[in-house]
Amino acid sequence: ADYSPFLGIEKGAVLQEARVFNDPQLDPRRCSQVITKLLYLLNQGETFTKVEATEVFFAVTKLFQSKDIGLRRMVYVMIKELSPSADEVIIVTSSLMKDMTSKTDMYRANAIRVLCRITDGTLLTQIERYLKQAIVDKNPVVASAALVSGIHLLQTNPEIVKRWSNEVQEAVQSRAALVQFHALALLHQIRQNDRLAVNKLVSSLTKGSVRSPLAQCLLIRYTSQVIRESANNNQAGDRPFYDFLEGCLRHKAEMVIFEAARAITELNGVTSRELTPAITVLQLFLSSSKPVLRFAAVRTLNKVAMTHPMAVTNCNIDMESLISDQNRSIATLAITTLLKTGNESSVDRLMKQITNFMSDIADEFKIVVVEAIRSLCLKFPLKHRSLMNFLSNILREEGGFEYKKAIVDSIVILIRDIPEAKESGLLHLCEFIEDCEFTYLSTQILHFLGIEGPKTSDPSKYIRYIYNRVHLENATVRAGAVSTLAKFGAMVDTLKPRVFVLLRRCLFDNDDEVRDRATLYLNTLGGDGAVVETGEDVKEFLFGSLDIPLVNLENSLKNYEPSEEAFDINSVPKEVKTQPLAEKKAPGKKPTGLGAPPAGPPSTVDAYEKLLSSIPEFANFGKLFKSSAPVELTEAETEYAVNVVKHIFDGHVVFQYNCTNTIPEQLLENVTVIVDASEAEEFAEVASKPLRSLPYDSPGQTFVAFEKPEGVPAVGKFSNMLRFIVKEVDPSTGEAEDDGVEDEYQLEELEVVAADYMLKVGVSNFRNAWETMDADCERVDEYGLGPRESLAEAVNAVINLLGMQPCEGTEVVLNNSRSHTCLLSGVYIGNVKVLVRLQFGLDGPKDVAMK
Amino acid sequence: ELCPTIKNILLLDSEGKRIAVKYYSDDWPTNAAKEAFEKAVFTKTQKTNARTEAEITMFDNYIVVYKFVQDLHFFVTGGENENEIILATVLQGFFDAVGLLLRGTEDKKEALENLDLILLCLDEIVDGGIILETDANVIAGKVDSHSMDAGAPLSEQTITQALATAREHLTRSLLK
Repeated sequence: ADYSPFLGIEKGAVLQEARVFNDPQLDPRRCSQVITKLLYLLNQGETFTKVEATEVFFAVTKLFQSKDIGLRRMVYVMIKELSPSADEVIIVTSSLMKDMTSKTDMYRANAIRVLCRITDGTLLTQIERYLKQAIVDKNPVVASAALVSGIHLLQTNPEIVKRWSNEVQEAVQSRAALVQFHALALLHQIRQNDRLAVNKLVSSLTKGSVRSPLAQCLLIRYTSQVIRESANNNQAGDRPFYDFLEGCLRHKAEMVIFEAARAITELNGVTSRELTPAITVLQLFLSSSKPVLRFAAVRTLNKVAMTHPMAVTNCNIDMESLISDQNRSIATLAITTLLKTGNESSVDRLMKQITNFMSDIADEFKIVVVEAIRSLCLKFPLKHRSLMNFLSNILREEGGFEYKKAIVDSIVILIRDIPEAKESGLLHLCEFIEDCEFTYLSTQILHFLGIEGPKTSDPSKYIRYIYNRVHLENATVRAGAVSTLAKFGAMVDTLKPRVFVLLRRCLFDNDDEVRDRATLYLNTLGGDGAVVETGEDVKEFLFGSLDIPLVNLENSLKNYEPSEEAFDINSVPKEVKTQPLAEKKAPGKKPTGLGAPPAGPPSTVDAYEKLLSSIPEFANFGKLFKSSAPVELTEAETEYAVNVVKHIFDGHVVFQYNCTNTIPEQLLENVTVIVDASEAEEFAEVASKPLRSLPYDSPGQTFVAFEKPEGVPAVGKFSNMLRFIVKEVDPSTGEAEDDGVEDEYQLEELEVVAADYMLKVGVSNFRNAWETMDADCERVDEYGLGPRESLAEAVNAVINLLGMQPCEGTEVVLNNSRSHTCLLSGVYIGNVKVLVRLQFGLDGPKDVAMK
Repeated sequence: ELCPTIKNILLLDSEGKRIAVKYYSDDWPTNAAKEAFEKAVFTKTQKTNARTEAEITMFDNYIVVYKFVQDLHFFVTGGENENEIILATVLQGFFDAVGLLLRGTEDKKEALENLDLILLCLDEIVDGGIILETDANVIAGKVDSHSMDAGAPLSEQTITQALATAREHLTRSLLK
């Protein structure tokens, strides 16, 4: 067995042993050993009761009598671990204060750390004088102890720590590397809310007096912050402090080089010229013998590849050799980076390499790769065949649920976005459910088949796969298969007789849900033998979406008491109680495939549509054309947080204000937004739906609707005022007072712009689409865009202005190129398809011209 | 928060059991959460060869750098946006300082017998998540200067301890 000095250790016995701390003649070594045992117990997760901890604490305080340095050191650690209560702290305060003024450096340094850790602030004024002295102590350990304690204390007692800034400033000039680091960290935290002071600090230090690599890293972070904050005021001209960052790329410490390289890649709107030196040092790291360096570099390049894929292509060769890296995290990052930077011609070669790689990595890495391949396929739709094959191959191999779900989701998304991939994709899914161990995935795929399958050129070939499920699966999947069969029957008249035969067989299933469904569908589809065309209401029943939130339905069903009166689905409230929108979705993450409605609009639009149509005032506005992303109308961390979603209809615009009350002591009632549309002449307010009550921290919505000329992309500016009745709430009981006060709150302005009338809809083959369009519709114009930071920045600005979907990866501008062609597509209000070919050229150093 | 921050430092054995650990963040509020994290880290890394160079992995939005020697597994964890090389520097400081303090015999037995030194070592490297010192010689120097009159490992205590316990019993019975 394993030998351990702590074998068979037992809390009770050790607590007994701790009585030696009370001996009149202390044995330092013995006492140290007992403390070690106590610390061992705590470290293993053992806990002391309040009584035990107090007892140990009092015993430990006796040990201050001993002069043994080693024992004292253990006493310090022990006191920190016990985190004594305020009345206990008083007992050790005088001992610690004595140590704090001792001649022994170790005592001073440690007593400061312990005292600052356990003090509750009242003591702080008493020891402040010593701490200020300690900050400039000539022993670096003492100075660091005081500075680090200052950083911690700043959280609880800022007003006291802020008084030390002269001493801290002096310590920034210290020769000792770590003192400089700690002093800089504290000084910055003291001044962090004073932008001017931070600016001055950075300007003076970047001129070069920082010795410690850690301090230099801090300085780089502060510098990036200053650059970020100044960028808003100062668009043109050279970026301040860029030279400093670039200079750090030649520092001798790797951590500084990396920190600087990373900072450069994260600059807002970084240009390719600025990126180049940073990419160069990261490229060197890629071939380092140290895994940490390779990882750091490839992870950073991976992020750069999302926004500037062309800047990273120089590293592709180094990256390819990393696919075989021992460290699988590095290999995965390398592959996903390559997938982002690769061009159409390298796809096949890359896929070959990945196939070998997939067999020996964990599921979580595989998921990352699958997601990268999905976006690659959307970028190069022509490559769908080989990428789809890859996905179907890995679908057949071993893997857990999350991994399989990621693959299935990807195939579903590809089927939806790339029409050419539809038939082969559906067949891959069919083959997968033949041997699928996950009920959830089987039913989801069956549902999807029911919607997409009937629209294919030969729907009959799917029937066999579906009916096999009825034979071989559990009841849940069987029921799903029955519904899918019915959908084929409803949509494809020629298949009706066969579907009826199959459904009739299901009438003898041993599960009642399966039998019920079969009976229901046979009746609705007219299974008495006659082949009639399926009625609209039947189709609506089969394919329509449930316009009632499931939570509400569930609640209503729970409350329903069996009686003569049948349950009325119309009694279920349609209004969504909590905010239904997936606004917090991770940026860049595509909505996953299966749950979302088929073809076309992403799930949020669907949710909005349901929400709006459930409000009677807006029900007759017709079909929702587009809903914008939420626009914030308040600063972060204000009393009331409001953002707005613009819903565009043919002849109307509805503003949906999502409001959150962040004050626990308030209840808001009758919340409305008063909109002044005087700068939006073509709009006339027609309806407004107030929010009855807005309690703390539970978001609610209020709406204002405007009429505008039909089909016209009217634009304008609107100013907003939040009006409400505020009632005090007693936070302890949560009850609101009866009387409220009317109040208003100014919100920021909002604008309806041309891009709001544009839907981002991609086309898979831009050239074809372009050529098939009538030449009469073509308009050619030239615009001068004036001076711009870079070509890439100009391209991005125009894309955002138009609100259109870039095609074929043309939103990415090659490094250092002087001209660029960008292809955009979209659907304008009134269902007008729009394609745009933008040609950009550089005129002189920075002027951009656009055609 | 711009200052580099360490979330935890772990020293585990070759079965993933704790030798000494120190958490500086509230991300793992209970002992169960801590143990779950250690188990996850250990399982993820045990098959890798982190004996010549420090290795690195990322999971649950944490960066973990690690290095092994004999049956000792050293880990340092930081947030996902932390500079990996800073974390590796802390790891190297801890790893080398323990090597110096154990005087070359780096294994679990020796580590447990000198647990006091290892705990002091942890105390000297990071304070409340902020890096105190990364130079192994300085760390070991600070720890060693307090250490008791060279080498009195815990195992030797058995006899002294037995004597002391006997004396204690004797005194008590005499006082009755």
